[in-house]
Amino acid sequence: MNYENEEFFAPGHGMCAGCAAPIIVKWVLKLAGPNTIVVNATGCLEVATTPYPRTAWRVPWLHVAFENAAAAASGVEAAAKAMGEKVNIIAFGGDGGTADIGFQALSGMVERGHNVLYVLYDNEAYMNTGIQRSGATPWGAWTTTSKVGKANPIGKMRPKKPIARIIAAHNAAYVATANPAIFNDFKKKVQKALNTEGARFLHVLSSCTTGWRHDPSKTVEIMRLATDTGLFPLYEIENGDIENMRITYKPKQFKPVEEYLKMQGRFRHLLKNPEYVKKLQDDIDAWWAKYGHHYQK
Amino acid sequence: MDVITRGGVITDPGNSVENKTGSWRVFKPVINYEMCIRCMICWQFCPEPAILKHEDEEIKKSTPAPKDALKRLPVVEIDYDYCKGCGICANECPVKAIDFVMEER
Repeated sequence: MNYENEEFFAPGHGMCAGCAAPIIVKWVLKLAGPNTIVVNATGCLEVATTPYPRTAWRVPWLHVAFENAAAAASGVEAAAKAMGEKVNIIAFGGDGGTADIGFQALSGMVERGHNVLYVLYDNEAYMNTGIQRSGATPWGAWTTTSKVGKANPIGKMRPKKPIARIIAAHNAAYVATANPAIFNDFKKKVQKALNTEGARFLHVLSSCTTGWRHDPSKTVEIMRLATDTGLFPLYEIENGDIENMRITYKPKQFKPVEEYLKMQGRFRHLLKNPEYVKKLQDDIDAWWAKYGHHYQK
Repeated sequence: MDVITRGGVITDPGNSVENKTGSWRVFKPVINYEMCIRCMICWQFCPEPAILKHEDEEIKKSTPAPKDALKRLPVVEIDYDYCKGCGICANECPVKAIDFVMEER
């Protein structure tokens, strides 16, 4: 059955205008269909979609704490299995609830091989609590806990945690990075993840108009630039075979990283110093020099 | 819901539709159907979702389109009850058929 014309995620939720997370959620649910149970870690998505007594979810939905979405999803999966029910179990978490606070629960879920699809919508900081840095915040980003000033002209001084590769190293059945702005690739990966048995993990980029400091209308444009500059590469890894990861999308012509940086307030300070921009560009070029041959048409 | 259920369970799926988030809007997208090529990109990217897709044959035929051949495709309509006015649709429209104008109330 094709449920693409149905909405399992209702309007009237409180996500910010221009937030990318609902785009991700609505498409994952459209592709999964009604036979789905969602487990949601604490974060923007959980808080803004269910101000009691209202909910934007039209599928069974379970809210858990920040750290245990993967553990709760494991339990739901085990219960469904015991009852002999075949149902999609999907966990949603932000980057804080996935790469940092919820990491050990996720690590356990993947290691035990629960038949769950975990979707990380990565807005690259703790946006719900007011833009604090997370493990997934990229190098050079301003946040309220990586402030930019005389003592620290850079912002966050550590690189982004490569969470997709870390989860793949657990021998997950399917791991992919995806970007809703590169829509066909995103859709294909969600479908592939839904049709795979075992623990699956999707790392999806999700722009945050508030935390990235950009105009809400530019959400998709900026996310597209993240991949077209080479900064957020799209790849997939099956059964933990990191050596044979497959890059699924390569821009015809890479755009300079400035184009991505200059659209966002969180990177504004980097543009004042050409060295910082060069460092980021060099990092991107080094990544593609090292892994670019993994691209397959 | 008048009674708080055990465990705070919400028993009415999707009842967020009671929140008319259209009141958040400062700018308003307006579709110019004479230009709209019905590519569905706005529908695809609307985060609310506040863009409706009409498959009804009558609506398909009666809505203006730049070419008659396009009238076999579904028609999009903005649901102003919920549209928060983010402007993604206007920004992504490949033929610039969506105007983004100041909301008047």
